[in-house]
Amino acid sequence: MVKGRDDFVIALRSAFFKKKEKQKFSLISLIILSIIVIIFSNFNFKPIQIIKLGINEVIYRSSYISSVPENKIKEIISKIKSHIDLHESHEKELIEIENIDQILALNNFLTAENKKLRELIDESINSEEIFARVLIDRESPFLKSIVLNRGSKDNVKIGMAIMDRNYLVGQVIEVNYSNSRALLLSDLNSKIPVIVQPPYLQAVASGTGKDYGVIEYTKDEYEENQIENKVIVYTSGLGGLFKPGIPVGKIINNSGQIEFFSDFGQLSFVKIIEFKIGEDK
Amino acid sequence: MASLNKSTFLNSFFSYLPFIFLFFSVFNEFDFNYLKLDYFSFNFIFILIFFWTLRNPDYLGYFSIFLAGIINDVVIGIPIGISSFCYLLICAITSYIRQITLSPKFINDWLSFIVTVLLINSIQVIILDLIFLYQVDYMNYLINAGFTFLFYPLFFLLFNILNSKISLKKND
Repeated sequence: MVKGRDDFVIALRSAFFKKKEKQKFSLISLIILSIIVIIFSNFNFKPIQIIKLGINEVIYRSSYISSVPENKIKEIISKIKSHIDLHESHEKELIEIENIDQILALNNFLTAENKKLRELIDESINSEEIFARVLIDRESPFLKSIVLNRGSKDNVKIGMAIMDRNYLVGQVIEVNYSNSRALLLSDLNSKIPVIVQPPYLQAVASGTGKDYGVIEYTKDEYEENQIENKVIVYTSGLGGLFKPGIPVGKIINNSGQIEFFSDFGQLSFVKIIEFKIGEDK
Repeated sequence: MASLNKSTFLNSFFSYLPFIFLFFSVFNEFDFNYLKLDYFSFNFIFILIFFWTLRNPDYLGYFSIFLAGIINDVVIGIPIGISSFCYLLICAITSYIRQITLSPKFINDWLSFIVTVLLINSIQVIILDLIFLYQVDYMNYLINAGFTFLFYPLFFLLFNILNSKISLKKND
């Protein structure tokens, strides 16, 4: 071990400034460069934004290509699993089909009634849908997001809703030219206004960084009402980004935890939707 | 002649393996850092960078580590430059350890590794939480640091075999 203050300085200096034979850059120059990158990547200057978009485009595509073999393996495993579970899922589906006709009839009536009531108050909800493929669904402990193959050239904008079938899964947070990134509802930074039904209470659904969400900022009454009923969480439409009534998930075991309807780990194709909520002209 | 060619190919292939592992880890969707298991994750990239920059820095260039960091940030979706900065700090620590160590010992490396991981994770949390106002789960980081520390010996063993293979081939 080197001893003494001078030796410490010498060791530190050679660690940071000295280049080894095969190293083209000294450590200190690259550390300074990375600090500059961190600072500049957060400025909204046009040239920086263009460089950032370019980097994103190239890396997203490369990552998608390099993940192809792994995705194939995942696909095969999922197919094998579905074959194994075939009998069990068939039994479940039979029970569901029995009830579906009744639910469908009721749903049609309610939809028509809802439409009529909206007409009475001169309100309309229009939406534009864009179908997108999930390029990367690499989740990290820090950010739960997916990269989609639709970008500004397809009119994708920040804030648009991401839906898997009829279920909300997240919203667009970054848009590049040919791809975009969506933040999933399970992310720690995700917070959306929701309605807990029953007992029809306003609340906020927050992500936890895990596979489930939690209900926050609501009345105590909600906990009392968590009876054996299935408590469903829908979007409330407050904030104007999402239309009211999109199913998000159901509350499990009186715990305040939301089990999302959609499995975020299995997303391959999603809908990017822009809702236009306003007065009917 | 054929065996000579084969040996040259194998030699260069082995020497590129750390580099391939690094870029495979950052590009690919499969991530040891997020295994979708509750309370279990470890940072393979930290182990890889720590081992190779400490034991044989010729096979993992600083610039490639910087690039890998940029790619990792873009793929994960955190502000660009943070991972590069953290990875290069690991390089700085390993470089310093190399300068002050005359005879490397596994136990010293292992203990330095936990200090390094805790330091780097703290820096990352400070940057993300306090500067960029990202909400992060401290427990996740702590568990991640713990498992990364525990898994170091296993990867040390594997990388050591590879390292001795590379060195042997180089000396042949």
